[in-house]
Amino acid sequence: MADVNRGDRPLSPHLQIYRPQITSVMSILHRVTGVALGFGALLVVWWFLAAASGPGYFAFVDGLLTSWLGTLVMVGSLWALCYHFCNGIRHLWWDTGRGYGLDEVTRSGQAAAVASVVLTLIVLIAA
Amino acid sequence: MVELALPKNSRITVGKTWPKPQGAKNVRAFRIYRWDPDTGENPRVDTYYLDLDDCGPMVLDAIIKIKNEIDPTLTFRRSCREGICGSCAMNIDGINTLACTYGIDEVKGDVKIYPLPHMPVVKDLVPDLTHWYAQHASIKPYLQTSTPAPETEWRQSIEDRAKLDGLYECVMCACCSTSCPSYWWNGDRYLGPATLLHAYRWIIDSRDEATGERLDDLEDPFRLYRCHTIMNCAKTCPKGLNPAKAIAEIKKLMVERQL
Repeated sequence: MADVNRGDRPLSPHLQIYRPQITSVMSILHRVTGVALGFGALLVVWWFLAAASGPGYFAFVDGLLTSWLGTLVMVGSLWALCYHFCNGIRHLWWDTGRGYGLDEVTRSGQAAAVASVVLTLIVLIAA
Repeated sequence: MVELALPKNSRITVGKTWPKPQGAKNVRAFRIYRWDPDTGENPRVDTYYLDLDDCGPMVLDAIIKIKNEIDPTLTFRRSCREGICGSCAMNIDGINTLACTYGIDEVKGDVKIYPLPHMPVVKDLVPDLTHWYAQHASIKPYLQTSTPAPETEWRQSIEDRAKLDGLYECVMCACCSTSCPSYWWNGDRYLGPATLLHAYRWIIDSRDEATGERLDDLEDPFRLYRCHTIMNCAKTCPKGLNPAKAIAEIKKLMVERQL
């Protein structure tokens, strides 16, 4: 095998060709929502700090966060929170060594996805 | 490390389209990844057409027919043609599986065939599994004992033997490891689902006496804990095994032994 040139072997395609699975898509969404929530939390903290620093600045920040774009970001963050929460429960359940059957992961995934939307709507209606 | 795009030398170009069979009614296109180490050119996807009325039912039948009758340079591994040797593992229609047990009729539309994902390519559909085998060897996949060998065999109860079901059937095709995004990004240090399934197979073997050392070896942020329960491994395993579950059991043992 010494004469085999290992140097410039191509890397076979991966993300480009692998069909998205419900499990893998939900997994990457879990991470994306987790990161996004960090930024969402910063926005909320900014809003609180603005409220503490005076009415003029609060009006500016409040105006930004309640504009259509701000509302979109906040509703998105709310859904991210609900999704991360629901999918987090799946992860906790998995950590106990249960729920690994192929049917189970598919069904728990669908349940978490639906529950995240329902939770978001409940909060929006209640708020 | 996460690298979403392929390196320059790995980007896929459009390859050759071979002629359709004459007078055939049931024609299917096969789009197959090709890379020839002798030309220095980038990989390409060639298109072949087969008459399915004149071809065996499995994807392996199709690529053997292509090699025999259309293009003898097409290169792939195969041996047993019945799902027990694990040689013909490849990415078919977007998932990793064995070409010999995957029916052409399970694919809608063109049959797209690539080598196992995120591996160095030796030629066409043949990936270089050297590193993957080395990882398997690193977990010492054999019985380790310190007590003297018994006069006859090492005995095991029926219940203890049953614990190996769902683990020993692995044929080492590498479908699971190469389906795992975590293994794609960190395969240099993360052992991946196949190797960890084998590690668990020896950890829970009642006859093995190196359980503690085996767990010590896995206690590492990369070797074991890069598993994030993405579950592509279990979804794609052509033998219906569940490496994700085996990894979860190892993680549980890690916690339990500290209590």
